[in-house]
Amino acid sequence: METILEVNNVIKQFGGFTALSEVNLHVNKGERLGLIGPNGSGKTTLINCISGAYTDYQGSIRFDGGDITLLKAHERTKRGIARSFQIPRPFSSMTVMENLLVPFAFVGGKDGPEQQKEAMAILQGMGLAEKAFVQSNQLSQVELRKMELARAMAAKPKLLISDEAMAGLSGTEVDEVLEILFDLNKLGITIIMIEHIMQAVMKFSQRVVCLDAGKIICEGTPEIIVKNPEVQRAYLGD
Amino acid sequence: MKYAAYCALILLGFLGLSSLGGINEYVFFAGFVILQFVILATAWNILGGYAGYVNFGVPAFIAVGAYTAVVLFKSMSAPLLVQILGGGILAGALGLGVGLLTLKLRGIFFSIATVAVVFILETVVNNWRYVGGATGLQLTRPQDLWFFDSYTRMLFFVMAVLAVLSVTIARYIQDSFLGRGLRAVRDSEEAAECSGVPTLKIKLIACTISGALMGIAGAPMPMYLSYIEPTSTFNLSYSISALGMPIIGGTSHWIGPVIGALLLATLQQIVTVTVSNELNVLVVGVLLVLFVVIAPDGILGLIKKWKQSSK
Repeated sequence: METILEVNNVIKQFGGFTALSEVNLHVNKGERLGLIGPNGSGKTTLINCISGAYTDYQGSIRFDGGDITLLKAHERTKRGIARSFQIPRPFSSMTVMENLLVPFAFVGGKDGPEQQKEAMAILQGMGLAEKAFVQSNQLSQVELRKMELARAMAAKPKLLISDEAMAGLSGTEVDEVLEILFDLNKLGITIIMIEHIMQAVMKFSQRVVCLDAGKIICEGTPEIIVKNPEVQRAYLGD
Repeated sequence: MKYAAYCALILLGFLGLSSLGGINEYVFFAGFVILQFVILATAWNILGGYAGYVNFGVPAFIAVGAYTAVVLFKSMSAPLLVQILGGGILAGALGLGVGLLTLKLRGIFFSIATVAVVFILETVVNNWRYVGGATGLQLTRPQDLWFFDSYTRMLFFVMAVLAVLSVTIARYIQDSFLGRGLRAVRDSEEAAECSGVPTLKIKLIACTISGALMGIAGAPMPMYLSYIEPTSTFNLSYSISALGMPIIGGTSHWIGPVIGALLLATLQQIVTVTVSNELNVLVVGVLLVLFVVIAPDGILGLIKKWKQSSK
């Protein structure tokens, strides 16, 4: 299988605290990867290093055949890495449609009527078409989560990182978002899912990586991960 | 096209007004100040309103425009348009420089850094004898009046042209990629970066344009007063007004700063004539507090709410 993302010996420190300690990770093209770990294990820090929110880390990151270690976040987005945020960050002064037109304008270079049609198609796929011209600060939690995924899709990514897109959602809403992620993966998009809802991670992921205290402690299929004593210790304690 | 026609009509109106006889010269004197604030408020809003970066260094940009004009006039008797162009270019360059040094800072840190620029430049000017140092410099207006009756009338019309130009630039930015990117930066800088917006680059562009416009607003000042001195040129009340006017008018649309500047600057002029010059800043201050508490989205926000409630 062809590798799309390689994280090599990444170390990220905040002052004297080491948030990521020599993390190595590879993700294959078209793969659905689950990234789990207890709170503070370094999942979001790792995602921030991959997406370019942090660039002051040691080690290297390669994406789609090129070295992206020194690239800024917007340059990585143009290369094909898009993400959603743990706490939704809508462009609240804009409508849902306008939110999607930002990546269309800055990644694709156009935000005309054709792009609006494309944006509408994305919103339809997410079940948000009716909200296209609603101010984004008036959306419900699940709608915000979907809009963030839609905005990420407007950047036409090869890799989508979903950072706890299901946090705070009801069971039915979790299923809705899962279905959306499955659909996006069917389009050929590689997906890294960070999630605390284990049922969703196990259902979605082909492979799961578990982080604890800034280190990868285990990786494998969901079946292997749930039985791993290190993972059980990380979540439940000794 | 419609907008261009409006602009042409407005400028024709200003041209007609400044050519009319029988009008007290003070009208043009006060009109100059009001139009100057339209430019300053519009320029401030490009960075402060669209992108949410509060620039307290407005007097520094005005002063760069004004002192560039003085140097150009004193050294080579440069005509007014060259003074304005030179002031705009140098103030734009200052905007770029300040942006490069400070735009990686966010929130209050950026604002504090812009205040520091005012004090640094004021110290430089205070010790620069060529432009009069701390005591200032008297200037003799040239006799070139084009076809106007007085130099004040000519400056009034020039300021009107510059105000229309500034508002047109702000309007263009608002509707362009740049405006969309700046709004994204204001709402969430991190999400903007991750949506492909080159945040630092567009903030630098905005800071440069904003600085250049403040510079062109300052450039005609020495000729307007026939005098320049650092204490009033670097007065921080310019920052309060340039910030207060867009907030009172509404920062979300290019028309907001225009409304705010026209209302407040006119009110300030009336207060100056009828009550006291000292109450100028108080007027802005009181209204600013009132609007921040009662209508944080300014007059435009109030109009929007009223429209929604009447539907």
